[in-house]
Amino acid sequence: MGIGKEVSAADGRGAVSGRGAAASPIEFRLDAGSGVPTYLQLVQQVEHAMRLGYLKPGDQLPKVRDVVAALAINPNTVLKAYRDLEIKGLAAGRPGQGTFVQATLSQVALPELTALRRSLSGWLTAADGAGLDEDGIVALFTSALRDFYERRSGSRARGGAASDGTEGVA
Amino acid sequence: MNVVETRGLGKRYRSTWALRECTLAIPAGRVAALVGPNGAGKTTLLNLAVGLAAPSEGEVTVLGGRPAGSPAALDGIAFVAQDTPMYKNLSAADMLHLTRNLNRRFDQHYAEARLADLGIPLKRKAGKLSGGQQAQLALTLALARHPRLLLLDEPVAMLDPIARHDFMATVLTAMADDGVSVLLSSHVLAELERVADYLIVLSRGRVQVAGEVDDLLASHRVLTGPAAEAATCAGRRAVHLRRGEVQAHLLVRSAADDPVPVGWEAHPVGLEELVLAYLREPGASEPRELAALRKAEPSEVTK
Repeated sequence: MGIGKEVSAADGRGAVSGRGAAASPIEFRLDAGSGVPTYLQLVQQVEHAMRLGYLKPGDQLPKVRDVVAALAINPNTVLKAYRDLEIKGLAAGRPGQGTFVQATLSQVALPELTALRRSLSGWLTAADGAGLDEDGIVALFTSALRDFYERRSGSRARGGAASDGTEGVA
Repeated sequence: MNVVETRGLGKRYRSTWALRECTLAIPAGRVAALVGPNGAGKTTLLNLAVGLAAPSEGEVTVLGGRPAGSPAALDGIAFVAQDTPMYKNLSAADMLHLTRNLNRRFDQHYAEARLADLGIPLKRKAGKLSGGQQAQLALTLALARHPRLLLLDEPVAMLDPIARHDFMATVLTAMADDGVSVLLSSHVLAELERVADYLIVLSRGRVQVAGEVDDLLASHRVLTGPAAEAATCAGRRAVHLRRGEVQAHLLVRSAADDPVPVGWEAHPVGLEELVLAYLREPGASEPRELAALRKAEPSEVTK
């Protein structure tokens, strides 16, 4: 009986890492109105946190039991999310300890991210000054982003994932 | 292992059938939700599984074949009835004492620690506790027996949002800690998606749909298109139709890679929308071939 067994395994993880181990750097939240399945919301929040540098390789994801207690969701849902992250190669389970981040999704360090955010803020101010509202800004940005990647993938030979690691995360 | 298994189960009160031809196999390790309108047979099914009522026909077993109501079955299950009935004049401590002495197994340490966590004073009479605290006390008494199967009849219907959240958090944490399986009846559809991974829709005493939530969502979708073609498009796979003058929405049984009729759009369906559609169509039930097909697939991961 696979899933039940995994639930008890999660208990083992929780019990051991509960003693003295550092807590996870992140907390999950749920948006009931988003229409996104619960497990996918957890996956996306981990990826988002990795992209923004909140989660680094070696960091522990919240323990299954803690997520269940905080959000009142089915433990199988958390296990499904963590399994999904493991399949994507982003996280790995360590028996008796928990699930840990093992890859990196943020290509730049936090200081550079801050600088980029600042220059983007400047651009946003200009767009606002030119009379664009929020929807207009999003539309313009999305379209420019698509153009940028289309032009770039057009200039390269199409051959799956780029190997130099500078490719944007799909 | 199946935590609840029924075959041709029925219960008649005088001339009225409360439950009829109910055949189910609820796998372990799940939170199974029993949904349906009032009088659909939810409480009857729970009472039969617990052994509080005897079947008029068919049979019901729990925890891998133990006859419902037998000592072996009772040893492994705990039941919290609707509105969490309690001896109002007994204190929380008395309730613990009583439950410990009425059961073969009772984890006094767990129960006391849990009540301390919840801030429920041991000396307070059960009748003086808030609705949320009474529900938590009843749940604590049930969980302190460390059951393998926990049955809950409308556990959160009377609770405010915070008490409801905390109650479900306690249930689900016990599941994460102990691996206890859960079967609960509920009216609160909005919360099902977060809580349940197995679903049983009951209507007028019969099982309309039963299965893993993921499978049910994957095998249904909503088609949107011209109302004039709705009848031809629907065929016999339609569960529910909503139509305006021009446009119609059809909930149909179909796999995600089935071709979409020309001029129609397909959307995935949410759990609440799916349940509502079935509840609005008491006549619709899952065709047997589909249920059989799903059963043929390995439903459990074996390692």
